[in-house]
Amino acid sequence: MARKITYQQAVNEALAQEMARDETVIVMGEDVAGGSGADGEMDAWGGPLGITKGLYSQFGDRVMDTPITESAFIGAAVGAATAGLRPVAELMFVDFMGVCFDQMFNQAAKFRYMFGGKAETPVVVRTMYGAGLRAAAQHSQCLYSIFTHIPGLKVVTPSTPYDAKGLLIQSIRDNDPVIFFEHKTLYTLEGDVPEEAYTIPFGEANVTREGSDVTIVTLGRMVHVAHEAADALSSDGISCEVVDLRTTSPMDTDTIIESVENTGRLVVLDESHPRCSIASDVSALVSQEAFDSLKAPIRMVTAPHVPVPFADNLEDLYIPDAAQLQQAVRTVMGKD
Amino acid sequence: MSESIRTICMPKWGLSMKEGTVAAWLMDEGDEISPGDEVMDVETEKISSAVEASESGILRRQVAAEGETLSVGALLGVLADGDAQDGDIDAFIAEFQANYVPPAEDEEDESAATETVDVGGRNIRYLLRGEGGVPVILVHGFGGDLNNWLFNHEALAAKRAVYALNLPGHGASAKDVGAGDVAELAAVLDGFMAALGIDQAHLVGHSLGGAISLQLALEQPAKAASLTVIGSAGLGSEIDGGFLAGFIAAERRKDLKPHVEKLFSDPGLVTRQLINDLLAFKRIDGVRAALETINAAFAPGGSQAVILRDRIGDIAVPVMAIWGSGDRIVPASHAEGLPDNVRVEVMAGQGHMVQMEAASEVNRLIDELIG
Amino acid sequence: MQLSKDDLLRAYRIMKTVREFEERLHVEFATGEIPGFVHLYAGEEASAAGFCMHLDGRDKIASNHRGHGHSIAKGCDVHAMMAEIYGRETGLCAGKGGSMHIADLSMGMMGANGIVGGGPPLACGAALAAKKLGTGGVALAFFGDGASNQGTVMESLNLATVWNLPCIFVVENNGYAEATSSKYSVSCDDAADRAGAFNMPGVVVDGHDFFAIHEAGGEAVRRAREDSAPTLIEVKTNRYYGHFEGDAQTYRGKDEVKNLRANRDCLDLFRARVTSADLVEDAELDAIDGEAGDLIEDAVIKAKAASRPAASELLTDVYISY
Repeated sequence: MARKITYQQAVNEALAQEMARDETVIVMGEDVAGGSGADGEMDAWGGPLGITKGLYSQFGDRVMDTPITESAFIGAAVGAATAGLRPVAELMFVDFMGVCFDQMFNQAAKFRYMFGGKAETPVVVRTMYGAGLRAAAQHSQCLYSIFTHIPGLKVVTPSTPYDAKGLLIQSIRDNDPVIFFEHKTLYTLEGDVPEEAYTIPFGEANVTREGSDVTIVTLGRMVHVAHEAADALSSDGISCEVVDLRTTSPMDTDTIIESVENTGRLVVLDESHPRCSIASDVSALVSQEAFDSLKAPIRMVTAPHVPVPFADNLEDLYIPDAAQLQQAVRTVMGKD
Repeated sequence: MSESIRTICMPKWGLSMKEGTVAAWLMDEGDEISPGDEVMDVETEKISSAVEASESGILRRQVAAEGETLSVGALLGVLADGDAQDGDIDAFIAEFQANYVPPAEDEEDESAATETVDVGGRNIRYLLRGEGGVPVILVHGFGGDLNNWLFNHEALAAKRAVYALNLPGHGASAKDVGAGDVAELAAVLDGFMAALGIDQAHLVGHSLGGAISLQLALEQPAKAASLTVIGSAGLGSEIDGGFLAGFIAAERRKDLKPHVEKLFSDPGLVTRQLINDLLAFKRIDGVRAALETINAAFAPGGSQAVILRDRIGDIAVPVMAIWGSGDRIVPASHAEGLPDNVRVEVMAGQGHMVQMEAASEVNRLIDELIG
Repeated sequence: MQLSKDDLLRAYRIMKTVREFEERLHVEFATGEIPGFVHLYAGEEASAAGFCMHLDGRDKIASNHRGHGHSIAKGCDVHAMMAEIYGRETGLCAGKGGSMHIADLSMGMMGANGIVGGGPPLACGAALAAKKLGTGGVALAFFGDGASNQGTVMESLNLATVWNLPCIFVVENNGYAEATSSKYSVSCDDAADRAGAFNMPGVVVDGHDFFAIHEAGGEAVRRAREDSAPTLIEVKTNRYYGHFEGDAQTYRGKDEVKNLRANRDCLDLFRARVTSADLVEDAELDAIDGEAGDLIEDAVIKAKAASRPAASELLTDVYISY
């Protein structure tokens, strides 16, 4: 039975239900309980934004605070995954990948192939990403394209509470390493979420709005920006189809191409930087596979190729918005 | 004057419908309209269907324009007698529009409207509409849920209480289906009636739900005031086993869509949202196992295990079998050669989901049968 | 710790097999038939044998780029290892890993590792899994003096104590991180001195003395298995060959290796000790020498004769499902 809960509650519920179902699921990360070794309350934080709050109280030492040593604990999560556990490690901000990337891209991602198909590494790394909290250059990036580049990793970017729960449960049950991106501005978003556990398969994009004139391919927080723009454009008689990728690895190229074949126009909306990005990747895909369907050049709407700024006015300028997207749509429609 | 002016409004099809888009007018201004006539096609995010007139008159105004998206209850058109004055009609429309309040955003969602009852340790979710009289119970088929009755439930509830339940393993009901066979599911229906204090009901079952209703009517004759089975199981061995297996196995939209399209005579009715809703249901833990159990018990090897055809003549209360002639799941030939006590209505060109695609006719037939 | 005669013969067989494996690779590599890089373990055999003799099927090891000895000591199939190094479809990793990534998780060998310092965090994870699953297993990470300076190693030592992990950290200090001496690159005299900072025992052992290693390893494994507590052991050892095959080793002192081979060889020292104590006869060790030689000869012949992976293998085993 579905009821409305937040994205944050959906993540927490997915973790709790999977921990209850499978005792090999453990959660580790910085302050995922909070209070370890201190004199006050245990389970004090549940992570800096309280996402895992309450899990320690339910599952005790299967919820493990870690030292602030991402190399060690992300690596330990990877090692434990090869040895019978299903660890869910929290990398507080994806920007911190700089101090543990080896454990993900040289270790977890490679084991299966490099060991001749005999390794299974069912690890999930949950991580916060995205601009919008005035957190500046080292706590605000959208680095999913870097992980998407690496064969052996699966990359998940849910946009709604429903997707967050179903994709996280799928991530935990999946036997390959998964990095699960949670946009920090989506945590308070409410949506219908079934009480029961459920999964959403990877590699199935979600057409969140059907339309006939322009395909907007997007992901994560930007799905909502796309809908805002599409609503505005519909009153001008421009019909937008919105494709939420849901997972960038695997990527549902069929749905992208099918949609562009129907609309003949593509705008890719991505909060990340433009170079070597999901936006450029999707654009290249469509150029190669559906060029004959295109009635206009592809447009990419992305953040600029700069670090995320701190000052509020600059950060607001940095994040792609509905106005920019509308402009791009009008351009491909020849109505600018 | 205004009593001679009548409205056609945006219907509410199912609990989650908030608005609909006018796809096409099927009648022109000036056309004479009778109850049941299809006036326009409306698309919602879940389903497309025709809006049928419930009253007669001349279509005097097409208030809603094609392509316009309007809330439930919004004015679509106006019927009036030929002698009604244009000025009165304009005034009527102005007054309606001034007073129209669209339903609040979250006025009623499924969790708020449906109720749960414990039936032998299983939570069974159901929706009750209407009140009084001998109640009707609507029993959906394999892989369906109470929303399969979205075009029937309100209409039938105009005159009496109408219950639609989610069978075990379906909708938001418990996922435990036990043996999953027709007998066990009929026992759940029996228990459902007992739990709600319903001594006797008009049983209306679709597909597997038809077999379940028939089984209950045979085992507990006093419980059935009448029996209507639609595209029903239990009347012959043939069934599209490929549909059942494919429906269970499909995990993705592309895989599921061709199977669901078989249910309808018009595959255009299978919207993306309809498929998404089915996928969301199928992805819930326990559903696949429940469907597999039911399938294995109900149609092992792709043919029906329980055939009650020889006993349907024993039923003393009114019995009706409705079929779409083009049913691709359970063949309409099962409607042939039934005993004389069974009223048989085969609708030309219709498919398995005839209660959705020819809702008003089905509703009329049921109303007629149960009086 | 008293070793049975069977244990002594097993230890010798492991060391001799590794030695034959590496000496033969040294020869075969020079022919140009082996692709890529190989990093030989000859000279360090007592370390792999001394520790792995204490491990069983519950236990896991994480290795490094110089991993042939660890793999053999943990029980990996020698034929499959050789085939892997030749890049053959019969290889332990189907020809997709090579010398630097030999692994057999079914034997508790979590992988050689091309990243210096890559193994210790993984070993922490394996130790955590053993602890959470209650298997009674321990995890052991072999790494070198170069890795001993890596942040991953420091972090792992810290985590192992914070989480009370049944984990053993073994620094095989062979004197050189590539071409740079540990006397230059390691800030303390003994890498094991760092153990105190992580609140665990730090032990230094002579890497040429199998018995010293075996004893220290036994205590560390006991401490891990019984007390769920970590230990850092530094093995002072030497490699007989370069960092990789093809390394001219001009950074090494004149006659350094020659003297080591003559006076400090772990196999010779082992033989002298067990035969002088009348625990084992020379003939028994000679028989093992012969068998090890035959085994490696057969492994090389079969590896050379095996097919390369099918072209279709390029695209398989990236994911379990995708």
